[in-house]
Amino acid sequence: MYNPTVARLTYRALLGRRRAAILFVLPALLIVISVAVRSFSGADDQVTADLLGSFALATMVPLIGVIAGTGAIGPEIDDGSIVYLLAKPVRRSTIIFTKLIVAIAVTMAFSAIPTLIAGFILNGNGQQIAIAYTVAALVASIAYAAVFLLLGTVTRHAVVFGLVYALVWESLFGSLVPGARTLSVQQWSLALAQRIGENGVISSDVGLPLAVILLVGVTAAATWYAGQKLRTLKLAGEE
Amino acid sequence: MATDSAQTQIHNIGYRDYDGPRLGRAYARRSLFSQSLRGAYGLGRSAKSKVLPMILFAVMCVPAAIMVAVAVTTKANDIPVPYTRYAILMQAVIGLFIAAQAPQTVSRDLRFKTVPLYFSRPIERVDYVLAKFAAMASALFIITGAPLVVLYIGSLLAKLDFADQTKGFAEGLVSVALLSLLFAGLGLVIAALTPRRGFGVAAVIAVLTVSYGAVSAVQAIAFNQGSPGAVQWLGLFSPITLIDGVQTAFLGASSSFPGGHGPGSGTGLIYLLVVLALIYGSYAVLMRRYRKVGL
Repeated sequence: MYNPTVARLTYRALLGRRRAAILFVLPALLIVISVAVRSFSGADDQVTADLLGSFALATMVPLIGVIAGTGAIGPEIDDGSIVYLLAKPVRRSTIIFTKLIVAIAVTMAFSAIPTLIAGFILNGNGQQIAIAYTVAALVASIAYAAVFLLLGTVTRHAVVFGLVYALVWESLFGSLVPGARTLSVQQWSLALAQRIGENGVISSDVGLPLAVILLVGVTAAATWYAGQKLRTLKLAGEE
Repeated sequence: MATDSAQTQIHNIGYRDYDGPRLGRAYARRSLFSQSLRGAYGLGRSAKSKVLPMILFAVMCVPAAIMVAVAVTTKANDIPVPYTRYAILMQAVIGLFIAAQAPQTVSRDLRFKTVPLYFSRPIERVDYVLAKFAAMASALFIITGAPLVVLYIGSLLAKLDFADQTKGFAEGLVSVALLSLLFAGLGLVIAALTPRRGFGVAAVIAVLTVSYGAVSAVQAIAFNQGSPGAVQWLGLFSPITLIDGVQTAFLGASSSFPGGHGPGSGTGLIYLLVVLALIYGSYAVLMRRYRKVGL
């Protein structure tokens, strides 16, 4: 199910040259802000939870998920070089699965690790907040990578639609319509964080069992459907 | 030897010099501007590429229309959202528009190496950069100005105070004009650095939303920790808060900073200078970017 050559090519496409820069900027910014806030106001559990919740989990993880998830397959489909990969005797589902593993690894590396560091800088893992948000970021990475990888195979404008989901659906509708929060990767991962964090510093709108079922279901369904899309991929010319 | 010149000619396939009018540099520049502006809304392109800009345009205008309808039916004394405030509220839509359209304006030329073809016409580098910049800024001005027009017409239909509304409308237009220039400059600079459309989109949106997310988070913390003086200086670090600061200081808007701690005219001057410097800076970076390109 895992093809090392496909993985190596995907890593190089994601992290090659300038593309890695945008992946480094976001975590660096998070850590800079954490240092600034810590020196500005000292350790504070609520500030930590707010900053990690609003900036790390709500902004940084989806953005990195969009870049890694769509970047793992989108550019190849876009410039047509995917045909050389598809022409090789490698199962389409293997290609998708390998690319998913790579996208998950990249998203985790660039979102969960900085979240952990930022959490420790902000309040030294008081009330398990740093660990809780790191677990949330890890889980969210898997779901985001799967969903955005699927988007990459479905549409040419995967980045735009991914951003619309991440920004408009999760942030805007999530804050206006309570029902929309049930269908949000962010809330599912927060459900896990809520379980780990102490004293109810973190809260989620989704129960833990439902969140786990939805997370697993969405990830599996998105991966399967992406494999199906790749089997019947039509290469369209540039519009 | 036959010396008749008509006989030495082997073949005449009838090439003729072009002696019609030559439309020149200004015409080429105008064409590039109008093509880019139309392209930003998908006009003259495939139906699929019209979908996104038209949806975003509708999403910008519909709330304004609803507000106007409510104001007219309830006979309110004022429109529910001030003119200067509207673009700040809808910043996510504006961000998506510039993120989706700036890369398609410049990245495709880079990727398909059509830039040298442009420069084989009688246009100079400055014409290309200015035409693209002006087109993007105009596209943004249309999408940010249209809802203001809707609000203005609606407020006149609701028989609100004419002088008051006209003043607010004018202030709103100045503010969105500044916003259009600033966002167009930033978007084009980022988009011109990559020939990949997808990465361009992600980079533009990252710069706009992440800087805003970071600035507003830190502002909220600074405000809650009892140092409201820092709030107005933090606003200098993201494009939308810059515009917010300028219009708070000079255009009679109420600030959306935490606690309404917008800059006064002294700090506002710095805001204005930063905005103008960013606009000029992005023009200068674009000029530099296209000094050697596509060859």
